[in-house]
Amino acid sequence: MTVATKERKLTIARAMAEAIAQEMRVDERVFVMGEDIGPLGGVFGNTRGLHEEFGSERVRDTPISETAFMGAAVGAAADGMRPIVELMFVDFFGVCFDAIYNLMAKNTYFSGGEVQVPVVLMTSTGGGYSDAGQHSQCLHATFAHLPGMKVVAPSNAYDAKGLMTAAIRDNNPVIFMFHKALQGMGWLGTEKDAIVHVPEESYEVPIGKAAVVREGSDVTIVGITSGVHHGLKAARQLAERGISAEVVDLRSLVPLDRAMVIESVRKTGRLIVVDEDYHSYGVSGEVICSVVEQGVPLKAAPQRVAYPDIPIPFTRPMEQWALPNADKIVAAFETMEKNA
Amino acid sequence: MKPSRDQKLWMYEQMHTSRYFEECIEKIYMEGKSPAFNMANGPIPGEMHLSNGQEPCAVGVCAHLNADDIVTATHRPHHEAIAKGVDLDRMAAEIFGKKTGLSGGRGGHMHIFDARVNFSCSGIIAQGMGPAVGAALSRKLQHKEGVAVAFLGEGAANQGAFHESLNLAAVWKLPVVFVIEDNAWGISVAKSASTAIERNDKRAAAYGIPGHYVPDNDPLAIFEVAGEAISRARRGEGPTLIEIETYRLAGHFMGDAEGYRPEGEKEALFARDPIPKMRRHLIDEEEWSDAQDQELVARTHARVDKAIQFARDSEYPAPEEALEKVFV
Repeated sequence: MTVATKERKLTIARAMAEAIAQEMRVDERVFVMGEDIGPLGGVFGNTRGLHEEFGSERVRDTPISETAFMGAAVGAAADGMRPIVELMFVDFFGVCFDAIYNLMAKNTYFSGGEVQVPVVLMTSTGGGYSDAGQHSQCLHATFAHLPGMKVVAPSNAYDAKGLMTAAIRDNNPVIFMFHKALQGMGWLGTEKDAIVHVPEESYEVPIGKAAVVREGSDVTIVGITSGVHHGLKAARQLAERGISAEVVDLRSLVPLDRAMVIESVRKTGRLIVVDEDYHSYGVSGEVICSVVEQGVPLKAAPQRVAYPDIPIPFTRPMEQWALPNADKIVAAFETMEKNA
Repeated sequence: MKPSRDQKLWMYEQMHTSRYFEECIEKIYMEGKSPAFNMANGPIPGEMHLSNGQEPCAVGVCAHLNADDIVTATHRPHHEAIAKGVDLDRMAAEIFGKKTGLSGGRGGHMHIFDARVNFSCSGIIAQGMGPAVGAALSRKLQHKEGVAVAFLGEGAANQGAFHESLNLAAVWKLPVVFVIEDNAWGISVAKSASTAIERNDKRAAAYGIPGHYVPDNDPLAIFEVAGEAISRARRGEGPTLIEIETYRLAGHFMGDAEGYRPEGEKEALFARDPIPKMRRHLIDEEEWSDAQDQELVARTHARVDKAIQFARDSEYPAPEEALEKVFV
């Protein structure tokens, strides 16, 4: 007889904080630093409760000095610590990218593997709430493009906890991107499907492994963070027309689970990639190319639903018009049908 | 705190080692690069930044450090690497791009890492400061002995990372010492043309930490000032900023025509070469003899020659090894 486990729904924010707390309890080397991650609990709630439990030494508010504390994370990691460092908005990478892509990402290589840099860099992404062009970007491809960093981006609380645990235990730098609209902070607008059952005990979601979150046979919709939820909504709309869509959540961008995407497209013969990051030179193009390069037989030319190549506008009508959504995915499917 | 005779001799020997190492590198660097100078050619390709003239900064500071202490250095790292005790054979092999190099040829002369002695360097100005702060934080969090020293050039004082790192180190009262080697030139731009104040040690006041200036590239004076700063860090009293007046006897990198230098500057600098000055001091103050000097010089040369030979004799890595060590 199986005993039904009690459902325990958590937001991504809570799930991240829980994973961090559990690792901090068993590993003295883990500490957290960043702006407002202390008593405030993080602007996006993902360090809530940590300061109370672990104190100011291990949960350190930093000055607004991203260059210094990103560099410090690299130095502390090389010296045997396992820092978790927060870049409040991914858009802020411009003031500290040298420490990230030239040091964090390359010191292992430059030392022939002798120096390990086990940093988790967690950073918020995404828009949709009129925060304009310096607080709404995703920049998935910017980080995924440059070698030496693993990149993960969960779409729900279960994956958030498991990926955070895996990231902390990983001996390499891991960029942990969390989308603000999925975070479960009411004031940012909340995607309810991101709030899911999360087991209390510690577990890992393997980095580099995608997940089929809805099975289907006519078209594969590949997404990351918000794109997964748009994909699921589009799949429901398509189902009403008798079209069966499979939805793949990449979950990790580096390493990219090309095999799972290819396997799905081999089955469906159609591919749409959804990404809230900019359209050109991005994840959407990379995923499509990975399938095409393998010579997977296609019933129609693949489509991408991504952010137009413009800075993110402030005003609601413009921003909402530019964002990916389920209707655009359905329209992309119609385009494929028309051109097939 | 004055250096003992043994400490003076240690410093003198490291200075000789560094100087002769660079003389060898300088010669070999030019192999395959004439008549036309092409940086990509010869047994040592790429940029080459020599530190000769700046040896006192390295030895005066590193005389106070153990293998366990941390050093982050710059694109001009050889003197500090040698003074910190980096494996000379493997460093030479790295500079030659050989499989036996410290990173198997992936880094080269601007990316020397020797985890055994906690040494690293990097190619971008002021880049090592944040990591030094982080290493110091690591020691504080682990309640472990050890200080971090970040070496930088005077040009680094105008980078954002300089300000951010000093502030962070001061706010958190970390065991870290920042050592500016002021060699007067940022490639071709003079310090006076790039820096709003004459001496960067004065900037320490902005962070409420001690700042010291050491004139005249004097290893004995550097030893004293660095000793106090490092002791202070070890006592848990926080960071110090030091600026040292030094000079590079070479160009910014090899191939630099140095047309920006005023006439006569180089000659004057060579007349102030710190190594003969140190020798004179040892003879006058420490009963150092010619025979002892020759023996020391011979010893350092033999050590360097062996390292260079090791580098020359080593194999290149298989090209496809380039794909390894991105992740561990």
